[in-house]
Amino acid sequence: MPNATNTIAIHCRALIKRYKEVVAVAGLDLDVLAGECFGLLGPNGAGKTTTVEMLEGLVTPDAGEIELLGMRWNQDEHALRQRLGVALQETKLADRLTVAEVIRLFHSFYRLGRTVEEVLDVVELGEKRDAWVEKLSGGQRQRLAIACALVGDPDVLFLDEPTTGLDPQSRRQLWDVVATFKRGGGTVVLTTHYMEEAERLCDRVAVMDHGKVIALGTPRQLVASLGAEEVVEFTLKEGSAPPSEAVLAALPDVRAVRRDGTRYTLTVSEVHRAVPGLLAELQRGGVEMTALVTHHATLEDLFLSLTGRHLRDE
Amino acid sequence: MGGSSPLWQLTLARFREQLRQPEVLFWVFAFPLLLAVALGLAFRNRPPEVIRVAVEAGRGADSVAAILNGAGGLHAAVSPPARAAEQLRKGSVTLVVVPGEPLVYRFDSTRSESRLARLATDDALQRALGRRDVRAVAEQKVMARGSRYIDFLIPGLLGLNLMGTGMWGMGYAVVEARKRKLMKRLLASPMRRSQYLLSFIVARLVMLGPEVVLLLGFGMLAFGVPMRGSVVSVAVLVLIGAMCFAGLGLLTASRARTTEMVSGLMNLIMMPMWILSGVFFSSANFPAAMQPLIKVLPLTALNDALRAVILDGASLAAVALPAAICVAWGAVSFAVALKIFRWL
Repeated sequence: MPNATNTIAIHCRALIKRYKEVVAVAGLDLDVLAGECFGLLGPNGAGKTTTVEMLEGLVTPDAGEIELLGMRWNQDEHALRQRLGVALQETKLADRLTVAEVIRLFHSFYRLGRTVEEVLDVVELGEKRDAWVEKLSGGQRQRLAIACALVGDPDVLFLDEPTTGLDPQSRRQLWDVVATFKRGGGTVVLTTHYMEEAERLCDRVAVMDHGKVIALGTPRQLVASLGAEEVVEFTLKEGSAPPSEAVLAALPDVRAVRRDGTRYTLTVSEVHRAVPGLLAELQRGGVEMTALVTHHATLEDLFLSLTGRHLRDE
Repeated sequence: MGGSSPLWQLTLARFREQLRQPEVLFWVFAFPLLLAVALGLAFRNRPPEVIRVAVEAGRGADSVAAILNGAGGLHAAVSPPARAAEQLRKGSVTLVVVPGEPLVYRFDSTRSESRLARLATDDALQRALGRRDVRAVAEQKVMARGSRYIDFLIPGLLGLNLMGTGMWGMGYAVVEARKRKLMKRLLASPMRRSQYLLSFIVARLVMLGPEVVLLLGFGMLAFGVPMRGSVVSVAVLVLIGAMCFAGLGLLTASRARTTEMVSGLMNLIMMPMWILSGVFFSSANFPAAMQPLIKVLPLTALNDALRAVILDGASLAAVALPAAICVAWGAVSFAVALKIFRWL
């Protein structure tokens, strides 16, 4: 966890961005500390990408101020770019350039920076150095994108949904790269709609919805703010008379009840206390269950309780 | 400078992506040559045709045929009367000689080939039988290099190629980079925008050499197309033309977000010039009222200037007007393109 003496790497206040009728970012305040990994978590359309691209100096805010590493975009653009590493969402860097050629190209833009070999090593693409980009898998392409972001030896690394669409193994590989960068003292800002990613990688998370931050803190703090650490989910058999939500809420140890058709979500502090009461209540009413699942509360549950929606609305 | 300079790396990347696509190489290098070969063969200047005549079989037929075959420019064969009549009817011979006294020439007097055949045949026979010319004559045969169709075609194809590679080379790649967000990613790095655009121009200039030398060299070696103007003048015009169309290409690509859009725009711009600008046939064929409009098209100006220098040996000063038209198109295109360019 970052301590209070840490300096602020990114500071923004009252950021607003509109696209015609749509307000993408509606007054956003953020402070990212040097050396931390800061996550923007939210569903598609929450304004994460717009926020990050404003921080990256690619989108001009309609209002608000941004300061990175003590500099501003309108005054120090070139100096600032020398110190940032950026991986955009879904970029096709090339078709018929090799991995090494693409990294070398990006390397040429930086005054300092790391060698191509070093970066290939970090992202574990050494074996693919002479392969054309079009022949790479999704995970390898994403690692190449991060290699291009790292080759300038940046102080701040921006990653916009770095693992979207990747298989679990590629995702873990990418997390390792980010963790290594952080261990070296780098600051990371990443957007994601995977709560697991935010919990694994981020020191602090801002949960975004409709262009605003609706919750901010460490993953533990955020989950703890639910007032309960465990979640019980169950589904009732079609056609059975459902118990009222009030009855369920009155059961021992139950903190909150949410119902979605025949599917119920209870937030509880301890599963072993809550479940017997629940089972007894259902039996008394002659109601049958078709599924019962319990798990530790996650950021997903937090988002659900804050917005009534899931992070990934598919 | 050198290996790690951004401009060099950007240009190198541009090159590699191009050279690793066989279809690009085909359109830039092979296509114009194939076009030149195809059109050169179709419209080649044939040697004067041999006049074919039939001699009806009969007494003296063989000696008549022998005389005619010895005369040059004539080919005579002895055929039975029915066969000879059929050949004449079908046009595989233009005249039938019936030996005898008098010698009869059977031919269609409304056809000029037949009348020519009659004159040539009669001339050959009378001379062989002892007629003397009363007046001495001499012949001068003229073979005008530089006025054949292929001579007209090659400079036109050069102009056409400069237009195509200039527009596609700039325009398509820019939109492609924009579409796949490569441009945005590059802008997120400390790359200078000017270097990005400059790399396209440098890559274009380097490609220009082989492209032009190949087409002109092929025309000169394979078809004997003359090069009457100075190489420097041609080089200057080629440069002006290439930059003019690079500017137009950049302008076309300055706002487009999709490659479909930019392809459509480019075809819209290039198609009229394919037809109007005197590539395959002279633009003088169009009505006088259209001429002022046609003259200010960049490809017309470039083709006119290239033909004047290559075929007529004109100096640069003599083609200052068309060259200036190209420069103006290029300068205006670049200026507008840079002003309205969509970077993000």
